[in-house]
Amino acid sequence: MKKALPLLALCILLLSSFILRPLADGYKVGDKATDFKLKNIDGKMVSLADNKAAKGYIVVFTCNTCPFAKAYESRIVDLNTKYAPLGYPVVAINPNDPAVAPGDSYADMQKKKYAFPYLVDESQQVAKTYGATRTPHLYVLSKQGSDFVVSYIGAIDDNSEDAKLAKTKYVENAMTEILAGKPATTKETKAIGCTIKWKRA
Amino acid sequence: MRSLKSVALAVGVLLSAPAFGQNVAVIKFPKLQKRLARPTDTTYVVNFWATWCGPCVKELPNFEQLRVANAGKKVKVLLVSLDYASQLDKKVKPFVKQRGLQSEVLLLNEPDPNEWIDKVDAKWSGALPFTLIFNNKLNQRASFERELSAAELAAALKKFQ
Repeated sequence: MKKALPLLALCILLLSSFILRPLADGYKVGDKATDFKLKNIDGKMVSLADNKAAKGYIVVFTCNTCPFAKAYESRIVDLNTKYAPLGYPVVAINPNDPAVAPGDSYADMQKKKYAFPYLVDESQQVAKTYGATRTPHLYVLSKQGSDFVVSYIGAIDDNSEDAKLAKTKYVENAMTEILAGKPATTKETKAIGCTIKWKRA
Repeated sequence: MRSLKSVALAVGVLLSAPAFGQNVAVIKFPKLQKRLARPTDTTYVVNFWATWCGPCVKELPNFEQLRVANAGKKVKVLLVSLDYASQLDKKVKPFVKQRGLQSEVLLLNEPDPNEWIDKVDAKWSGALPFTLIFNNKLNQRASFERELSAAELAAALKKFQ
């Protein structure tokens, strides 16, 4: 019995790790995000670890071409204005293959003048690791020790057409709780967006 | 109530007849959900799309082709536009007319997708295009969060027959 107990515990642990494993690929809230090294539109490489002062990041997969990304562009800029001073700057990542979406070429990305990095995910590996499927698709990461932990995934608010008509600002609600050191009550939301333009096999 | 139902059915049949051309009905989610839950033996092919979505526009002819190829069978193609309702007259109706779409087109007028996406399919993250094929009588369903070629679509439907 003495021997069986730890074995049983191990079995339960193994079993639960199967059950708790997310069905879809990509991150779930609570997962540790691995760092990346991607090229910014100024030619410099950017990693999460670079900014020592950051308490976290608002990572958003977005692009030049998707009408929903365009509709949310100014709201993404506003998120950076509001949360960068609080330690959570925006990092924008464009995962689209410019061969499929010509307006998302590096040269086209360079036309943007953001106060935050706008990175090109050329191999699309970062988008795949995160489990991003659409633009815009947003992830809030919080620094815990030396790790970045996924704290919110999903939509910016509940009205893509008109920011003024948005009733629930999902990210801002989550950020208020995260900044207070609490887990987000609504930690995952869904939104309509453009499918990421994956490289053709 | 029964006569009301048969009138609704008759109207439905008339509207679904290709010769009648195309109207785009604007609906709210509860109504769409009811429709998707009907215990019928018809196989539904429901494509969520938008005029602004490049891959959606590209694959629309595949759905039209599928509808024609399955005429006379218990197959219903439903194209659910996620364009904004404010774009109905400006964009959606002219698009449907210009492309000559004969499948039934609905415009889902709901501002907050987080409220209803999971109710369509828990596996759907919200990217467009999204296609759902189901047969409630057979209790069978399949979903695709990507663009489908005509061959892929036909193959997916074949599994329901």
